[in-house]
Amino acid sequence: MVLNDLIQIKERELASRKKYVLRCCMAAGCMSSNAQSLKDELEKAVAAAGLKDEVEVRGVGCLKLCCQGPLVQADPAEILYERVKPEDAAAIVAALKGGQAKVSQGDLNHPFFTRQMSIVLANSGIVDPERIDSYIAADGYLALRNALREMEPKEVTDTIVRSGLRGRGGAGFPTGLKWGTVAKSTGTKKYVICNADEGDPGAFMDRSVLESDPHAVLEGMALAAYAVGADQGYIYVRAEYPLAISRLQTAIKQAKQYGLLGSGVFESPFNLTIDLRLGAGAFVCGEETALMASVEGKRGTPRPRPPFPAEKGLWNCPTLINNVETFANVPAIVRNGAEWFAGIGTEKSKGTKVFALAGKIKNTGLIEVPMGTKLRDIVEDMGGGAPDGGTIKAVQTGGPSGGCIPAGSLDTPVDYESLSKLGSIMGSGGMIVMDQATDMVDVARFFMEFCMDESCGKCVPCRAGTAQMHHLLSKIVARKATAEDLAKLEELCDMVKHTSLCGLGQTAPNPVMSTLRFFRGEYTERLQPDTLGRPGTESAVPAGSRAT
Amino acid sequence: MCAKTLTIDGNEVSAADDATILDAATEAGIKIPTLCHLEGVYDIGACRLCLVEAVGIPKLLPACTTKVVEGMNVRTDTERIRKYRRINLELLFAERNHVCSVCVSNNHCELQTLAYNHGMDHVRYDYLFPKWAVDTTHPRYGMDHNRCILCTRCVRVCWHVEGAGTLNTAGRGARSQIIADLIQPWGEADSCTSCGKCVMACPTGALFQRGATVGEMEHDREKLEFIITAREKKQWIP
Amino acid sequence: MDPLRLATVWMGGCAGCHMSFLDLDEFLIDLAPKVELVFSPVVDAKEYPEGVDLVLIEGAVCNEEHVEMAHKIRRRTKTVVAFGDCAVTGNVTAMRNQLGLGNAENVLQRAYIELADSTGRIPKLKGIVPELLEHVMPLQEVIHVDYYLPGCPPPADRIKALVGALLAGQTPKLEGKDIKFG
Ligand SMILES: Cc1cc2nc3c(=O)[nH]c(=O)nc-3n(C[C@H](O)[C@H](O)[C@H](O)COP(=O)(O)O)c2cc1C
Ligand code: SF4
Ligand code: SF4
Ligand code: SF4
Ligand code: FES
Repeated sequence: MVLNDLIQIKERELASRKKYVLRCCMAAGCMSSNAQSLKDELEKAVAAAGLKDEVEVRGVGCLKLCCQGPLVQADPAEILYERVKPEDAAAIVAALKGGQAKVSQGDLNHPFFTRQMSIVLANSGIVDPERIDSYIAADGYLALRNALREMEPKEVTDTIVRSGLRGRGGAGFPTGLKWGTVAKSTGTKKYVICNADEGDPGAFMDRSVLESDPHAVLEGMALAAYAVGADQGYIYVRAEYPLAISRLQTAIKQAKQYGLLGSGVFESPFNLTIDLRLGAGAFVCGEETALMASVEGKRGTPRPRPPFPAEKGLWNCPTLINNVETFANVPAIVRNGAEWFAGIGTEKSKGTKVFALAGKIKNTGLIEVPMGTKLRDIVEDMGGGAPDGGTIKAVQTGGPSGGCIPAGSLDTPVDYESLSKLGSIMGSGGMIVMDQATDMVDVARFFMEFCMDESCGKCVPCRAGTAQMHHLLSKIVARKATAEDLAKLEELCDMVKHTSLCGLGQTAPNPVMSTLRFFRGEYTERLQPDTLGRPGTESAVPAGSRAT
Repeated sequence: MCAKTLTIDGNEVSAADDATILDAATEAGIKIPTLCHLEGVYDIGACRLCLVEAVGIPKLLPACTTKVVEGMNVRTDTERIRKYRRINLELLFAERNHVCSVCVSNNHCELQTLAYNHGMDHVRYDYLFPKWAVDTTHPRYGMDHNRCILCTRCVRVCWHVEGAGTLNTAGRGARSQIIADLIQPWGEADSCTSCGKCVMACPTGALFQRGATVGEMEHDREKLEFIITAREKKQWIP
Repeated sequence: MDPLRLATVWMGGCAGCHMSFLDLDEFLIDLAPKVELVFSPVVDAKEYPEGVDLVLIEGAVCNEEHVEMAHKIRRRTKTVVAFGDCAVTGNVTAMRNQLGLGNAENVLQRAYIELADSTGRIPKLKGIVPELLEHVMPLQEVIHVDYYLPGCPPPADRIKALVGALLAGQTPKLEGKDIKFG
């Protein structure tokens, strides 16, 4: 494969485009509400109407407004049909050439769509994730070809450095810096890993990217492998994502057939094999050192860092590990240039971020917005606020490692620094909206239970500390706790945060600390008076001098 | 190999190039509490009792897995560290069922000793009283999960000193447990050579010789050290 | 100086701690002029009196009577010492907690039916036999404790150290070798 082949494929693909396209969402959300038989019915209806030469029925990735699925978009008229049933197929096909189908239509001019900015999801809902040609038609693999044939590995890394891209897996570590470290690490064998473990409850951004645009992730990994000098890649994806897995398998197979993976990619000396590794669904296996242990076939538990994976990773070799969304940004950056990307977002947080908007909000689904977008714009404009006239009380970001941002701070821009100033984190992109009826102590307990169950059990503060914190939170919820219990809880938060081995334990207290910071009253109003009885004041012997 | 110099609790100390903070402190006669560390097998940094402060580094560092850095200034016994250690020990006692008065290791238990040294005269947290079994299917040894602190010393000696690979960890969080072979009763684990190294390595009364009664179980750490020294350094020093 | 009003109380324990107290031997004779033993299993007082200066409580809190008693003691006493492992940790007395909820019933079954001769019967007489709690508790979960003296039982010399210090008006500080579980 050389540049000309790419261009030819693209031209062939564009030339074969039909006048009308019905894009059917085939991502997990819509698939679970019968999108497959809807697509089959649409194809039948097209055939029945004798329109096969004019209409393409294309399975695509996520169309974003997941709460209204199954979704079908009709082009070029740009009509988004919502909650489509297989019976509606004929009407939709009939309406292609004018007229109205009696099917509920979404408002594509709603801020939910218009305020989005797509880099990571640019192909989502447009290309067919099961056909590599469809990706190539959207300029796919062009960045890889240009890098391999026209750029030094260091230039690729420099491009990522200058773009200001930061890791989307949670911590926001500068991606270019990480690549540079791996590139500089000495070793004959190096690895690239894509972290697709996505364990936060309620998060489905990475899943959507993998289901909607798997080639973008492969291309991003290939660019990274070239930049750091790796020839073997792994995608660690949870086994609970069968659709993502099968699309990745298809994508890898197709890329190999085209010579875009394997040996001598684009007829250059660059070789890359990418294999899948399936995780069994332990949250902690998303932590990079635990993930690598799991890939090596060991029990997935974290180990102390340093040494960092960049120096000693998989089988003690230098290893680059990035999140799905991080990799998915890479082809666009290499294609459009670092300056283009650096022009989007805020000073320290560049580009866009994908969020899975969920909870007590009208429009739930997948959104991608420029960094620095105000939370209020996301929640009120795009999300449409709380349903049924309720009021929003708080927004939770960062899942079990994150915190709650109270309604009063909704004008906070979404970027790494602003969120952490409020005691929350960007996290991987879960965003849960809570309304007035939400019990914040119960929310804290829910996340603590999650961390307690998902703790790997290796280190004492996290294993025993989360269990004890959960016990104390349960006592508070049950109105059986005293002020002293609350003090113990706060002390444990501090201890677990500062002494745990890995990020799971270090961040497990965050939901408690954050709800205590903004909703302390909900804790204190449940406290019971202490019935332990304090000692009297005067005493013949020293008394009561010790804290219990 | 060049040496490094650093300060530990105000003392100038020199250490081998690849030494850990724990090595350096031990050599200088400064005691840092440890539980998961076992001389002669690799460290895993799990118990977090050896955490120390280093001036200029915001995070606490596990002494057993952190390599010394030239000029570093380590404090091993600050108020904050002592507080964290005490909480850590209390969490361990509250987590499972430690009834010292009926324990085979009473008076010979590293967990107990650490608790005393940290002034733990009672536990401020509610005891959680989980239900755990005792495995006495092995003809020579017993395993009482009630007293296990999951330090995995037994697992590491089993794999890396004896080479049998019988013991392992299974499960998550507080329900993690030491298992034999494929979660079988220990007595049915074919790979076990009955060498007893795990029993020697165990810091608590979780692993014991059958027939030992209250307070009788003394873990023969010297014997284990002898074996490890012999293997690693080819020195037969009794 | 008025003698110190001392009490010792026996709750859910085996009386071992009291035995150890009696092991104080000649120290007891030293104590005699300085303290007045106002309530104890070894003296003949039926009601826990008011105005007690110091109490050593042996045993865990296992039944409703213990709870009531503990609160009464706290109200009437200046300084409370959790005396021995059962009071400090729950110890053997609390091992039934591992059986989960309903453990009280299991324990009664085992003790009075399974292990009894042919006429086993669970003693249940309202107002006479106190109801077992669902969950055995160490003393500090029920009342404020001023000092902890662990040990099963605490050896006499450590009792002496603690009581001696308190008598001398000092704040006892237990550390290292002074602490001992089991
Ligand atoms: C408990 C825990 C779970 C994690 N889960 C994930 C995950 O599911 N996906 C992910 O990309 N990163 C996860 N991370 C972060 C990774 O350790 C690592 O930082 C990340 O993959 C690096 O990629 P990035 O630099 O592109 O963000 C997790 C971290 C912790 C501590
Ligand atoms: S912090 Fe939790 S998850 Fe991380 S190593 Fe410790 S026990 Fe395991
Ligand atoms: S293992 Fe140690 S702390 Fe646990 S019961 Fe036995 S002696 Fe006590
Ligand atoms: S059995 Fe003993 S050595 Fe093994 S993990 Fe438990 S406490 Fe540690
Ligand atoms: S001895 Fe260092 S963490 Fe356990």
